Amino acid sequence: MTPIVEVRALHKRFGELEVLKGIDLVVNEGDVVSIIGSSGSGKTTLLRCLNLLEEFHQGEVRIGGESIGYRQRNGQRVRASEREIAGQRAMTGMVFQAFNLFPHMSALDNVTLGLTRVRGMSRRQAVELADHWLERVGMLERRDHRPAQLSGGQQQRVAIARAIAMNPRVMLFDEATSALDPERVGEVLETIRSLAQEGMTMVLVTHEMRFARDVSDKVVFMDGGRIAEQGPPATLFSTPESPRLQAFLKTSSL
Amino acid sequence: MSYHFNFAPILAQWPLLLSGIGLGLLLALVSIAIGSLLGLVVAFATRAPSRWLASLAFAWISILRNLPILVIVLFLFFGMPQLGLSLDKITSFIVALSLYTSAYMAEVFRAGLLSVPPGLIEAGQAIGLTRSRIQRDIVLPIMFRNALPAFGNNFVSLFKDTSLAATIAVPELTYYARKINSETFRVIEVWLVASLLYIVCCYAITLILRALEKRLVLEAN
Repeated sequence: MTPIVEVRALHKRFGELEVLKGIDLVVNEGDVVSIIGSSGSGKTTLLRCLNLLEEFHQGEVRIGGESIGYRQRNGQRVRASEREIAGQRAMTGMVFQAFNLFPHMSALDNVTLGLTRVRGMSRRQAVELADHWLERVGMLERRDHRPAQLSGGQQQRVAIARAIAMNPRVMLFDEATSALDPERVGEVLETIRSLAQEGMTMVLVTHEMRFARDVSDKVVFMDGGRIAEQGPPATLFSTPESPRLQAFLKTSSL
Repeated sequence: MSYHFNFAPILAQWPLLLSGIGLGLLLALVSIAIGSLLGLVVAFATRAPSRWLASLAFAWISILRNLPILVIVLFLFFGMPQLGLSLDKITSFIVALSLYTSAYMAEVFRAGLLSVPPGLIEAGQAIGLTRSRIQRDIVLPIMFRNALPAFGNNFVSLFKDTSLAATIAVPELTYYARKINSETFRVIEVWLVASLLYIVCCYAITLILRALEKRLVLEAN
């Protein structure tokens, strides 16, 4: 088992407030890891540290064996250069709660932008690959539509195609279905599930407990900036050890 | 009392009136082009990490917005030669109008920049785009689209402001209207015709820009 994501003793503060208080987490190749917990527990912040959208103050994140975001220079911890960070971010793909599709571009151009600008593909190669992934998420017929002409569920599926077409080592999902109408949640979860079954390595922050239980190899429960409990979903959901997780599961519908 | 309208002596001068309109449009176009470029630089400068540069940009905006355009025109045309910089009247007027409009365009672009959702920048970062790429491929195109309606309004008011060029004898529409007025004494007719020409032009500009907006402005999501 090759570790794709390794987080060691990660600390993160917003001003005086410490929101991550020493996180250790390993995600192996092909694993689907769900992070659950109440809001303010630090789960989204942890996810955003994995692609450097958040800075962190102590500890280390490795993606595919490479330590990202910071380097040691003369014994000092310094932020990596803009260019290095951009390259490291491209090792992960992220799907946002609010989709964040580029509104001035067609679905197709949303997907090809990173392929041509970051991966250096020709327009033709990029379109071919984008078409492949748009078809995979069921959005090929609407590749020329603008985001505003698509439903939330359709936009999120394009956003998934945009992220995964970059061939990332790991996909990060930040509450990917929280902004969707209830009747649109299913189509997006189905897309994520089928990618998981194909062996894509994934980290999901989610409030969909049933989904977390069904697709995950490991579930991580965060509480107050720490990992309070983690394990296979069967054990975690049926026999939670910590009183906090017991209380959390009681309030969330399964 | 009865007044007998007689438009004939004014309409006989139509080549002058048309060339006046033409020059007015040209002055407005050149000024908005220069003013927009300058305004774009100033808009980015207001968000510069250097506090010194940002303050300078804000000062630029508030000084120029609090000066009457006529004062800028007269200052540049009559004042600058005293400082050893004489410009011909057309250049001088274009400089005045460009400076003036740069402050307004800077505000338009600044609002446009603020209207770009941070989530889109994060989405660009997440696929590994560099900062300058994000500016070029995401921030600027969205900003321009969001700024387009305000840009159109500025262009119309800028075109109307070109009538002030008459004060330094730039031969645009108002200048010729005044000239025809003093030659024919058909006071009412000449200003009616000039007014009508301004209205038609402004309306045409508005229609063209609306059509452009309709194609380019992003629908609310």
